[in-house]
Amino acid sequence: MTAKEWPLYEVFIRSGQGLAHRHVGSLHAADATMALENARDVYTRRNEGLSIWVVPSKDVTASAPEEKGEMFTPADDKIYRHPTFYNLPDDVKGL
Amino acid sequence: MTDEARIAELEKQFDDYVEADNKAEPKDWMPEKYRKTLIRQISQHAHSEIIGMQPEGNWLTRAPSLKRKAILLAKVQDEAGHGLYLYSAAETLGRSRDQLEDDLHQGKAKYSSIFNYPTLTWADVGAIGWLVDSAAILNQIPLCRCSYGPYARAMIRICKEESFHQRQGYEIMLVLNRGTDAQKQMAQDALNRWWWPSVQMFGPPDEASPNSSHTMKWRIKRFSNDELRQRFIDQAVPQADVLGLKIPDPDLKWNDDRQAYDFGAPDWDEFFAVVKGKGPMNKARLDHKVRVWDDGGWAREAAMAHAEKESARRASQKSAA
Ligand SMILES: [Fe+2]
Ligand SMILES: [Fe+2]
Repeated sequence: MTAKEWPLYEVFIRSGQGLAHRHVGSLHAADATMALENARDVYTRRNEGLSIWVVPSKDVTASAPEEKGEMFTPADDKIYRHPTFYNLPDDVKGL
Repeated sequence: MTDEARIAELEKQFDDYVEADNKAEPKDWMPEKYRKTLIRQISQHAHSEIIGMQPEGNWLTRAPSLKRKAILLAKVQDEAGHGLYLYSAAETLGRSRDQLEDDLHQGKAKYSSIFNYPTLTWADVGAIGWLVDSAAILNQIPLCRCSYGPYARAMIRICKEESFHQRQGYEIMLVLNRGTDAQKQMAQDALNRWWWPSVQMFGPPDEASPNSSHTMKWRIKRFSNDELRQRFIDQAVPQADVLGLKIPDPDLKWNDDRQAYDFGAPDWDEFFAVVKGKGPMNKARLDHKVRVWDDGGWAREAAMAHAEKESARRASQKSAA
């Protein structure tokens, strides 16, 4: 075993013009430059990418699944934020 | 409520959740047994991709043309990528990459036993792409809908890449069968040797497969070993016919009632012997893997030392500025 495991990086790829970067997986690398090169080699072998981001996994702050309730239910009772909440006559155009 | 009752309740909730085809994600609560089952299955799958590079890698320098060499290199490189996707998925369950590697090196983790057979001729590369990758695809397609999100997503990537593996292998067989008698014989011989190990890739018969009911309930597995094996055979027989090759099973016969092929029983004693380490290449495969890992140790350490030095240098430049 090596004395120290290479750090883990999360890999994000922008696959097309105008699209957002999307998480595709992760890999270990000694540093960010190597992470970027390795991500190129494994995740874009078939022209899947126009741009790559690599982010050290330890720097990702994630919301906790068990706090899903407090985190996301406040949006549930604000149905007036959706356009379908408003009753308008069918023959009004442009709304 | 006692801790045990609380856990039983969480387990029940979890079982219902995945049974309704919902996905579990890395930080979600999950039963310990679900976690352990997945670590075992995903890492075994990853090890198979990595060890599986060896039999084909054996022919990289001897591929019959530059075109075939480039294709084989691309395929073997894909398998390395598959290993990586799967290790990444296994790591989200809390076992580190070094631990996973170590399990393999210590002989504690298994890999698909088909890779413990040698590749004796170029036709073996064709037979592997055709049969072994076909069997792998049949196993992998249902896994794209597996209940564990990172595993399912890795499988989707992998399945996209497998199709060329299967087709290049079949094409090798096709070309050999249009060649000289010696080339045809070589293709037939490869089929004779790879057929039964391929049929065994789906695992033991259902009645001898104790882990299945749990993995089915948890939506890790969706079809039984025997169901997938039947699919493989029904698909391979007409493919062999097109090639003009004979599948080495005297009991192989179309069954009109079942609308499927009947087939003979593989030698399961041999299968279990190979699983236990008595195949022709078990030792060579693992020895090679461990040697390469050990030989690369200095490079991994040097890269880390270099990265640490660089980041220290950048930090001191920043504070000086
Ligand atoms: Fe693969
Ligand atoms: Fe493959």
